[in-house]
Amino acid sequence: MGKTTTGVLLTALMLFPVYWMLNVSFTRDQDMRKSPPDLFPVHGTFEGYRAVLDQQLPYLGTSLVIGLGTVALTVALAAPAGYALAKLRPRGGGLLSFLLLVAQMVPGIIMAMGFYAIYLQLGLLQSVPGLIVADSTLAVPFAVLIFTAFMSGIPGELLQAAQMDGAGPLRTFRSVVLPMSRNAVVTVSLFAFLWSWSDFVFASTLANGGAHEPITLGIYHYIGNNNQEWNAIMATAVVASLPATVILVLAQRYVAAGVTAGAVKD
Amino acid sequence: MTLYLALFYAYPLYRNLDLSLRDYTVRSFVQGDAPFTGLENYRKVFDDPTFAPALTHTVVFTAVCLLFQYAIGLALAVFFNQHFRLSATLRALFLVPWLLPLIVSASTWSWMLNSDSGIVNALLSAVGIGPVNWLTSPEWSLTSVIIANIWIGVPFNLVVLYSGLQSIPVSLYEAAALDGASAWRRFWSITFPLLRPVSAITLLLGLVYTLKVFDIIWIMTKGGPADSSTTFATWSYRLGFGNLLPAFGPARPSATCSSSRPWCSAWCT
Repeated sequence: MGKTTTGVLLTALMLFPVYWMLNVSFTRDQDMRKSPPDLFPVHGTFEGYRAVLDQQLPYLGTSLVIGLGTVALTVALAAPAGYALAKLRPRGGGLLSFLLLVAQMVPGIIMAMGFYAIYLQLGLLQSVPGLIVADSTLAVPFAVLIFTAFMSGIPGELLQAAQMDGAGPLRTFRSVVLPMSRNAVVTVSLFAFLWSWSDFVFASTLANGGAHEPITLGIYHYIGNNNQEWNAIMATAVVASLPATVILVLAQRYVAAGVTAGAVKD
Repeated sequence: MTLYLALFYAYPLYRNLDLSLRDYTVRSFVQGDAPFTGLENYRKVFDDPTFAPALTHTVVFTAVCLLFQYAIGLALAVFFNQHFRLSATLRALFLVPWLLPLIVSASTWSWMLNSDSGIVNALLSAVGIGPVNWLTSPEWSLTSVIIANIWIGVPFNLVVLYSGLQSIPVSLYEAAALDGASAWRRFWSITFPLLRPVSAITLLLGLVYTLKVFDIIWIMTKGGPADSSTTFATWSYRLGFGNLLPAFGPARPSATCSSSRPWCSAWCT
């Protein structure tokens, strides 16, 4: 019992900033500068959320499109690559896996600068497809590693049986490997979506000032423009956190698998 | 068969080529579009008055964050390894800070650390400590971003170290307890040595992530005031893109390249 109490207290302490975000999002403008601040939203208001509905919906829509696009692109690129690395054993596969590990370590800003230079020439700056491609580089190396690890576990007999029935590698991939890798697809999709949804570096370098800006820039502009309306900023932050919360609640298993995958699989 | 092999192999190869091209582009800006200057840019960077502080801040930021993230993460992992009621649920809740978009965490922390209306200063004044200008004073800005980053990094350390703890056989602890080893002794003689491989990977990944940290610092302090929280990450960004209004004048790319290149080679080694 004592341990549970300690555990709850520790968790409460850890999650205090999250609670504070919620609290501030419900606080009235006139109470915002009160000292000391109210610990509970006693005069709760939805002003902040109304502001979100009024101003932030296009940003949220853009983020959703970019997130889904990134998921599609990531799975489309990484699943065949993982299959090839795990089962078809191409020459140089080991080197490729190593390069993918290294690719994960490239700082986002370095990538962002490279993208900026390329997109400037191609005219892809401030475009949604451009941002999708850029965001997918956050997830593809991780995704290939997950797919490779997962698909190595698929028994070879199954693939041989499919081959005996006359299925080529592409058919085997589509009808046997992909359905069996459902868990890996879910894990990869979750992380690809979360990463592109939370991305700020690429958004601020590649999409800033464009017609379609994601929600991270929406919040950033808020902070820059009106320093007073913190309830609106925090309300946007709450809404922006919703995907992460939903994913954590619905798919905790996959999240834990994803977090440990990088560390356990050396 | 070979066709498909080539096709599936070509995908990742294409990705890699793509990646390498992008990195290459950063470098080739100076060498391709501008006259070749050799090590001139490096010299400029090393001579820049911001270089030494940025280096110090990067080292301090990384070392302090890693130390605290690991220590707190390990303590929590050991605690949650005891299997009490609700432990699984609470452990899942601990993941929240790690999953939140960085801009959300960063802006929440900026408001909590606000000098006049932040909750942190309100709590401090309740115990009789005067207001601290967390984000606006040069003495505290680095500490503030370190605190926020530790908060974000603890969940990752917790989850990975916890999964490492799970693989240590319970019988070892039972045997040690029979021999009369105290809990403290058991931790240092069994848990810590056996956890070493997992610890090494956790710290390595932590190092990589911490060196990359840019969002939090940029959103909370923009590296300021007066460069007091500037790291290589924010510095190179500021040199390259200034105030989020990229004006790609002829001076900017060279600044970008020169600042990112030594940094790039720094993390490579």
